[in-house]
Amino acid sequence: MYKEICVKYAPNKDNLIHILHEIQDTHPQHYISADAVKEISEYLKLPENHIYGVLTFYSMYSTTPRGKNIIRLCESPPCYIKGSYNILRKLKTLLGVGVGETTKDGVFTLELCACLGVCGNAPVMMINDDVYGDLSEEKVEDIIEKIRGRN
Amino acid sequence: MAKNVNVWIDGHHLEVPEDMTIIEAADQHGVYIPRLCYHPDLPPTANCGVCVVDISGNPTPKRACCTPVAEGMKITTNSKKLRDYRKTLVEMILSHHEVVCPTCAANNKCELQTLANNLGVDPYSLPNILEMKEVDMSSSAIIRDPNKCISCGRCVTVCNEVQTVYALTNSDRGIESEITTAFGLGMNNSPCVNCGQCTVYCPTGALRERSELDEVWDAILDPDKHVIVQEAPSIRVSLGEEFGMPLGSVTPKKMYAALRKIGFDSVMDTNFTADLTIMEEGTECVNNLKAGSKRPLITSCSPGWIKFMETYYPDLADCVSTAKSPMSMFGVLAKTYYAQEHGIDPAKIVSVAIMPCTAKKFEARRPELNDSGYQDTDYVLTTREFLRMIKEAGIDFATIPEEEPDEGMSFYSGAGTIFGATGGVMEAAIRSAYTLVTGEELENVNIEAVRGLEGVKEATVNIPGFGDLRVAVAHGLGNARKVMDQVREGLKTKGESPWHFIEIMACPGGCVGGGGQPYGNDIASRARRGLALYEEDRSLPVRKSHHNPEVQRVYERFLGAPNSKLAQKLLHTYYFKRSVSSGQVVEEVTHKHH
Repeated sequence: MYKEICVKYAPNKDNLIHILHEIQDTHPQHYISADAVKEISEYLKLPENHIYGVLTFYSMYSTTPRGKNIIRLCESPPCYIKGSYNILRKLKTLLGVGVGETTKDGVFTLELCACLGVCGNAPVMMINDDVYGDLSEEKVEDIIEKIRGRN
Repeated sequence: MAKNVNVWIDGHHLEVPEDMTIIEAADQHGVYIPRLCYHPDLPPTANCGVCVVDISGNPTPKRACCTPVAEGMKITTNSKKLRDYRKTLVEMILSHHEVVCPTCAANNKCELQTLANNLGVDPYSLPNILEMKEVDMSSSAIIRDPNKCISCGRCVTVCNEVQTVYALTNSDRGIESEITTAFGLGMNNSPCVNCGQCTVYCPTGALRERSELDEVWDAILDPDKHVIVQEAPSIRVSLGEEFGMPLGSVTPKKMYAALRKIGFDSVMDTNFTADLTIMEEGTECVNNLKAGSKRPLITSCSPGWIKFMETYYPDLADCVSTAKSPMSMFGVLAKTYYAQEHGIDPAKIVSVAIMPCTAKKFEARRPELNDSGYQDTDYVLTTREFLRMIKEAGIDFATIPEEEPDEGMSFYSGAGTIFGATGGVMEAAIRSAYTLVTGEELENVNIEAVRGLEGVKEATVNIPGFGDLRVAVAHGLGNARKVMDQVREGLKTKGESPWHFIEIMACPGGCVGGGGQPYGNDIASRARRGLALYEEDRSLPVRKSHHNPEVQRVYERFLGAPNSKLAQKLLHTYYFKRSVSSGQVVEEVTHKHH
């Protein structure tokens, strides 16, 4: 099934990043499995250990299954100063998971990330492709409730 | 030829080629710049930063390993600032290293330990922040201990660029970065072929063989067991250096004496079965030539090469000689022929092999190598483990008086001993194949064209009655890949291989450069040990395998003739296709002749 994604790109190694992105984005669990790496390896004629090295180098790729919605809370200094640690504590309580973990219902994965480039609105988090700024504990509760309702 | 440039290192004027790095120029002129990740055999990875030097006009120090020389460059290698830099770097490395030097396998050989000592580093200047990780014990040959790894990257370079095995990789980044196998599944679930070149180049004890020393000592001390030992060709030229003898000292008889003193019941020699291998493989080669086969015959002695072939070239498995390796031929004969000749119950025989090789541990565990009715080879010790055994037994190897081996499976020809150097199996095979084809003796037995350390060697040997025999010799798996790609291409496009007969050894330099050889196993010492084997060859009374009287005897009394029915059963094997992802068996691709 990964082969169908691979063949959209020319079989040269410059396309590795693009193929990895599309495979992760289209996977219901938002990750890249060992089977996917095997198929990419055969298609690009690139050793599996090289692909593994690349995909673990970039923090946006995951090698383990993740939830439907991926929360990335900024852990850089400006957000920290503006209280991101309180937001993290709130998220952990609300979701019942630690950093890097997925809720039992598979709806959320909680992650930390580096600066998202919107320090003016610190503390900041992203859920999937949406950015949420000026976070407070109440605001976080609302956001999580809304998304829960949709799933 | 690159043009020369003028540089000054610590005030000394040097004229060096412009394509050199600073560290190469310094090494060539006897200026030692402290280093850790750099190794002259490998391309620089510039990971550690210890080799920093000051260059006039540059505000910050540069790494000598990856900075090329330039005209007029004035380089300072030693100043308080540079010494402080280096100390800090080593202190930071030690702060996430498991510092257990006295009991570490690499103690006294560890480059980190030596460097820390040379620089006067205080090991407690920074708190140790290592978070202990699980040691990878999945492989039967190689242990990978991430707690001792300093991420120098040499193992990754040798595994991927020199050997093209693609087992080890860098993963993650920053504080979380580590050297591992894909998905962290372990060496035994990767394409690792157990060649052990990673253990050779590891500057610490992070990569090492899986030791079987305790099991061997237990067998020796068990009065119910009859422990028989064999030693590979290259062992005899690799022991003396550890005991202050010159590199490349030829010491077979000291080796036998040490083994007997350690307590082995029967001291034999793998060189005997190296000669036997020539009889089996040579006969196979000659049959191939007589049949006019378009497919080549490729040697099968090197277990790293065999697993590599099964992983990357299973479509050419039928081209690989079915002859077992000398070690495995010895193993099966110890529990059949030897047991029968001496009236010993084979169930009581423990067969130990001393090998320059980590992959031999994997070979000995292959379930199909049990034609004696038992596992043919019980334990494999590397040269490094054997050296430890000699020391544990309190033997002063340099002064121990020479002794002869036991008789029956120990006599060897010069052809048998050169198996340990790249090109040696080819040369040995030609010496006997010539006779098998023509019925005449080859006059000049020295086949210089297949000797030496060039990556791929080619030669044409005229054999009257056959014509030109085209041969190739490759050592190091990156070179093997080049040869195999040409064979595959030749068969596909022209319907024939460019060569009739090919020798492949997994390790650069052949077995003298094996993954189980003593620490400090660089290209220069491999070359010296290889020459030592050729010196021994010249000094021996018998130089052709078919003249080995003990080999003639095993055929007369037991096997019949080369490639006989019994020889096929005991001395030949078959191969598998393996997964490129996991190295595990997918299916059998060649079958045993019955």
